[in-house]
Amino acid sequence: MKKNDIVLIAIILAVTAVCLLGMRIWQKNNTNGNAVAVVTIDGDVYGEYPLSEDYTERIEFPDGSYNVLTIKDGFAKVSEASCPDQICVHHNRIKYSEETIVCLPNKLVVTVQGGEDNGIDGSTY
Amino acid sequence: MKTKRIAFLGLFVALAFVLSYIEFMLPLNIGIPGAKIGIANLVVMVTLYTVGEKNAIALSIIRVVLVGLTFGNISMMMYSLAGAALSLFAMLLARKIGKLSMTGVSVLGGVFHNVGQIIVAMLVLETKSLLYYLPFLIIVGTITGIVIGIVSSLITVRVKKVLNF
Repeated sequence: MKKNDIVLIAIILAVTAVCLLGMRIWQKNNTNGNAVAVVTIDGDVYGEYPLSEDYTERIEFPDGSYNVLTIKDGFAKVSEASCPDQICVHHNRIKYSEETIVCLPNKLVVTVQGGEDNGIDGSTY
Repeated sequence: MKTKRIAFLGLFVALAFVLSYIEFMLPLNIGIPGAKIGIANLVVMVTLYTVGEKNAIALSIIRVVLVGLTFGNISMMMYSLAGAALSLFAMLLARKIGKLSMTGVSVLGGVFHNVGQIIVAMLVLETKSLLYYLPFLIIVGTITGIVIGIVSSLITVRVKKVLNF
């Protein structure tokens, strides 16, 4: 390892650390009691679920695969899935704005949206 | 000497293929989609520094196509191809500039592999929320890049001794 390598590594880690910190602060300030978990499948919105109520939704796909979205104690998580890698199931539960769980095999994305005060109350469409 | 190089390139392709399979069986399960150890990059690095640039590019493409066809599917191949292409480009450039040792080059390779994959995933899933993973993936890529870089420089020294390239 040369000195330049260490400089490069230090710069990368410092920049990412600052970004992470900034992201965290932004997330905390942009999340309120109206936060919803938005589920999109292949880019289309599947449904929105408020984090304030405990709820379980089994999302089935035409090919038989599925993801189970569970909302409990203000957190959203994917509790069960048919995908082979199970990355979405092992993902930490999420509650802050823009936190995301992805299931690449099923093209499913769960994102928390902080909830502006526009009265989103869990309409499912 | 040319035959020797061809033989070694074939050997390296086989090795990269096997390492990709091992990687496939050992996913880095830390809850971040796309996070990988990048063991196969070991072979790409060693090839880049012994057999040569053009061969490293060829090896990279052959590896991704072989692995995609054998263990994955077309969408997986797309992620890997974008990752591999961007990572290789960064490594070639870093090597040309010549300010970094193999460790630094490998770190750039690891980081850009993850960046490439995220960009394709964002295009496929049509969501920008995946950007949220980028800082974590960059950190993972840096750490695995350091390890892969150190190991591959150890290997390169020995391979060069054997081959007298």
